[in-house]
Amino acid sequence: MPQVTLTVNGTPHTVEVEGRTLLVELLREKLALTGTHIGCDTSQCGACVVHLDGTSVKSCTMLALQAEGCAVTTIEGLAAADGTLHPMQEMFREHHALQCGFCTPGMVMSAIDLVQSHPEGLTERQIREGLEGNLCRCTGYHNIVKAIAAAWPLMHGKAAAA
Amino acid sequence: MGFEGIGAAVRRKEDFRFLSGRGNYTDDINRPGQLYAVIKRSDRPHATIGEIDTKAAAKAPGVAAVFTGADLAADNVGGLPCGWQIHNKDGSPMVEPPHPVLAIGKVRHVGDPVAVVIATTKQAAKDAAELIVIDYQDLPAAASLAEAVKPGAALVHDDAAGNVCYDWHIGDKAAMEAAFAGADRVVKLELENNRLIPNAMEPRAAVGDFDTSSGDFTLFTTSQNPHVIRLLMGAFVLHIPENKLRVVAPDVGGGFGSKIYHYAEEAIVTWAAGKLRKPVKWTAERNESFMSDAHGRDHVSTAEMAIDKDGHFLGLRVHTLANMGAYLSTFAPCVPTYLYATLLAGVYKTPVIYCEVKAIFTNTVPVDAYRGAGRPEATFLLERLVDAVAHDTGIDKVELRRRNFIPNDAFPYQTPVALQYDSGDYTATLNAALKAADHAGFEARRTKAVAGGKLRGIGVSTYLEACGIAPSAVVGSLGARAGLYEVANIKVHPTGSVTVYTGSHSHGQGHETTFAQLVASQLGVPIDQVDIVHGDTAKIPFGMGTYGSRSLAVGGSAMVKSMDKIIAKGKKIAAHLMEASVDDIEFKDGKFTVAGTDKEKTLTDISLAAYVPHNYPIEELEPGLDETSFYDPKNFTFPGGCHIAEIEIDPDTGVISVESFVAVDDVGRVINPMIVEGQVQGGVAQGIGQALLEAAIYDSAGQLLSGSMMDYTMPRADNLPNITVGTESTLCTHNPLGVKGCGEVGAIGSPPAIINAVIDALKDYGVRHIDMPASAPKIWSIIQAGRPKMAAE
Repeated sequence: MPQVTLTVNGTPHTVEVEGRTLLVELLREKLALTGTHIGCDTSQCGACVVHLDGTSVKSCTMLALQAEGCAVTTIEGLAAADGTLHPMQEMFREHHALQCGFCTPGMVMSAIDLVQSHPEGLTERQIREGLEGNLCRCTGYHNIVKAIAAAWPLMHGKAAAA
Repeated sequence: MGFEGIGAAVRRKEDFRFLSGRGNYTDDINRPGQLYAVIKRSDRPHATIGEIDTKAAAKAPGVAAVFTGADLAADNVGGLPCGWQIHNKDGSPMVEPPHPVLAIGKVRHVGDPVAVVIATTKQAAKDAAELIVIDYQDLPAAASLAEAVKPGAALVHDDAAGNVCYDWHIGDKAAMEAAFAGADRVVKLELENNRLIPNAMEPRAAVGDFDTSSGDFTLFTTSQNPHVIRLLMGAFVLHIPENKLRVVAPDVGGGFGSKIYHYAEEAIVTWAAGKLRKPVKWTAERNESFMSDAHGRDHVSTAEMAIDKDGHFLGLRVHTLANMGAYLSTFAPCVPTYLYATLLAGVYKTPVIYCEVKAIFTNTVPVDAYRGAGRPEATFLLERLVDAVAHDTGIDKVELRRRNFIPNDAFPYQTPVALQYDSGDYTATLNAALKAADHAGFEARRTKAVAGGKLRGIGVSTYLEACGIAPSAVVGSLGARAGLYEVANIKVHPTGSVTVYTGSHSHGQGHETTFAQLVASQLGVPIDQVDIVHGDTAKIPFGMGTYGSRSLAVGGSAMVKSMDKIIAKGKKIAAHLMEASVDDIEFKDGKFTVAGTDKEKTLTDISLAAYVPHNYPIEELEPGLDETSFYDPKNFTFPGGCHIAEIEIDPDTGVISVESFVAVDDVGRVINPMIVEGQVQGGVAQGIGQALLEAAIYDSAGQLLSGSMMDYTMPRADNLPNITVGTESTLCTHNPLGVKGCGEVGAIGSPPAIINAVIDALKDYGVRHIDMPASAPKIWSIIQAGRPKMAAE
């Protein structure tokens, strides 16, 4: 069976996988990182989004072998070692941007990439369009949009507007 | 620490685990030595099953077993039971065909399970399932309501003539006919309520486990009500007594009704775990969710309102065909009857109502309760009909509603269709919504939109629903095969922390926070000292689960009952310790005091004395501070309110954008306003989805065309507006908290508000009604076909 070597949340791993094994299956089944979820099997829902070398990807839509040599960050790798939440996690909590929690890991990972890739600022419309690839059935997105807007100044080192 | 009592927007306790990837959903659970099940499902809408050749599959690498319906039948496995029996107009019971766990003899819908392959990996099981050969003889299918009721239609079940499950009615037919005979005018509308697929983000999953030393079974499952699953599966399907069967519903990723029901896969993995003496896991792929999770809605109705010359409603007549799908799901028969027709009074004092409902079998996935369950169908029908009355008479839509509202001094109000409303103020919610939506300023916004080449419309819906199910004797008399109590066991531990064991499962509703807030405030302990435990039959005495916005009204009331017992017992212990009469003991803010003195004992003093006493009235009082209560509601609760939608149509494309949405709801007392707001916003999003985007589509042969998220339009962030939520509460008069429920109001009130707005935007196109979803092609066609009927001047 082929092997893949990659770094996940800062820890190097070498894992035997089938050629057809998806990155999300590697994370969930081989590394027991079950925070990354599978919601649709057709690359529509975004519950499986992780960061691959700092960019958000749907981990159900790439083979594990394609991650050779890459650095993967999952939802489990976001908070600081002392448990301090990432500003995006903190704003999701503050603004009640999650209910059942199933879409949340993918939503948070997508949201972080969205904010990081827009240092010039984000309008509400841009946030809504930026979430095109992530489905949530619980919140109606209202509070997710609020949380992302609130996380932008924190992540870009600007004081939140009063 | 800030204020965290009743009414505070306390941030959720459960968020830390969900935000850090430490949720524990069913598919995250892996048992040692676990095998994987893959279900072979019918790809035929309707066919007889000849030979099922499993030989190649059984020999495939990694395969442990292949089972079919014959194997289950040989082991005396029963069919999936239905929890509700409706009677026909003539008093005879509904037709209740068998619902085998794995199909026997025939398949009746695409997705009907036929066989299961169990192997060492999921991939091995999937590969082997491809090797099963089934000799089908295709039969004609009845794929829709319209087809199924035609003379000579294919029969889904041989013993259901005309595909009729039941032919039921409610109301006084003679009085209705008299009202219509005396009316100045009758306004009629024919309408459909589109079929929906719930699509909770977590696909269903189940892990069956068998302990070879004790002979005990455990089922981990994506359920809203694990005790109900244990009861139904244990008693009717697998014949396992409760002491040998534990059902755990861990974190569950959304339900919206679709995870209430007892599904075949739960029985399959539990049975197979016992057979193979190994854990067996099944996880749905999303395409399986589409073809096996119970669908929602799917009604075709005719509605007529008899009115006098001033637009007063004199009588309402409704005829509805309701799709049951191929088999009766757990709650299905009650949805288009007692959760639908009883709601047809809405917020109006219509004196006479008569409704007939025919439930029809079709070769489609079973249909059951989906967020709102019957009430969205009733509300859509009624609120569209009210707008049609306004359209036909020229009476202002808001004024017409006011003219027919049940007035505030009429409560308790007995409707002509069985329900008695305890409280409400429909004028207050209407006024608040009109103000929040700036209804008065709408025509200026319309003019501006038209100047910009857009069509703009506003739609109002004033709705009411019934929740907090249910008063057990009442629903028993209506055909429910079980009472609908809820249970709370509250333990105050020796050093004063508290654990609440509730039958009200949480799968997004935030129970771990709201219930903790409730209990902490009543017992006077900090919220972080209160843990809420739900979803495990081994820990919780009993429970009927979470649906019908019942958790706070019924589950929360059970907690109040248990806390009352704890405080009463605590007073006796305190009286003993402080050498006072129990009548002089007061309890407030976590302290027992002797009235008129400075003597006091904290709850912790009392709990310690209750468990490890050396000075205790042991002859009169059992030690411990641990109370269990069953709460049976006295009546339903009746949330209601007003939703106002404002939409714009791009006439070049037919695309509708929702410009604003205001919901002002009366949900009774609010424990956590942040959570209420979130519940309403989520419900409204599903309602907008129904109104504009979502539709389960079968072709005429019975193939499910909208079978994936690439084909079924789920609402995305850029389809939805910000959703303004307000509350204007009157208190429920019959439960101890005054709460009504907030989980479904959003999905119930919103669809007619959206469609009423669409019709308003198209007012110059001669459009009187549009069925949902108001998709862009549908709107574009209307605009292309209709020449605007502009005013003659």
